[in-house]
Amino acid sequence: MTGIDKISIIISKGSLDGIYPGLIMANGARAEGIEVNLFFTFFGLDAIHRARHDHIKIATVGNPGLHVPTMLGGLPGVSTVVTKYMNHKMEELDIPSIPEFVEMIADTGAGLYACKASVDLFGMEKNDFIPQVNDIITVGEFYEMAAGGEIIFT
Amino acid sequence: MITMSIASTEVEQNDEGFFVHPEQWTEDMAPELARREGIDPLTDAHWTVLRFMRAEYFDKGTGPTVRVLGKSSGVSVKELYQLFPKGPAKVAARIAGIPKPRGCI
Repeated sequence: MTGIDKISIIISKGSLDGIYPGLIMANGARAEGIEVNLFFTFFGLDAIHRARHDHIKIATVGNPGLHVPTMLGGLPGVSTVVTKYMNHKMEELDIPSIPEFVEMIADTGAGLYACKASVDLFGMEKNDFIPQVNDIITVGEFYEMAAGGEIIFT
Repeated sequence: MITMSIASTEVEQNDEGFFVHPEQWTEDMAPELARREGIDPLTDAHWTVLRFMRAEYFDKGTGPTVRVLGKSSGVSVKELYQLFPKGPAKVAARIAGIPKPRGCI
């Protein structure tokens, strides 16, 4: 048995490459029998936003890892094309889309929580989120929930 | 590597409790292996998963991940975690006598 019993993963970014790592770590932890809570904050909220979670894109500007020149990356439609290409590659590898992945992670018994400060900042409410979201919680409540486990910030 | 006696037969397991030689496994070992994982009794739904695990292993060379189980075994992800709360793919692989499935998703 591993030494980790519980982890809390914070997803703070709203790009494709900002969201997937946290989801993969959450799903993998559940597969190991580890208790998991996911906490979505700032632009990471898009991963659980009803209208937005199916339209998550890769940043083609300011993303040196992509090796696309900034001027080119900023042209209209480039981000969409690169995102489509990436989604296609992931589909080939049988990696689920973000909406499907989040739903699956909820099915594994992981908790999904939205950050209250960010929800207020963006003028959102519970109805804006997918039904799998357990609650909107404060940072204090997050720490109470995370107590005794590991915290991962992505 | 550890040699264990399961259902009165000697089998070899690795440090994590996975079978080293899946062909040493027989169906009558499953209830005892399941009890060690805190699962008792084994239901039909458990057996559906165990048989699927072994079929996939012998077909593809590695056991299925939870996602593959959820998509193809006929048992949903939610139900998989009810059947095997400590990790469906991992625990079912131990009970089904196959190595730990490898795969990130």
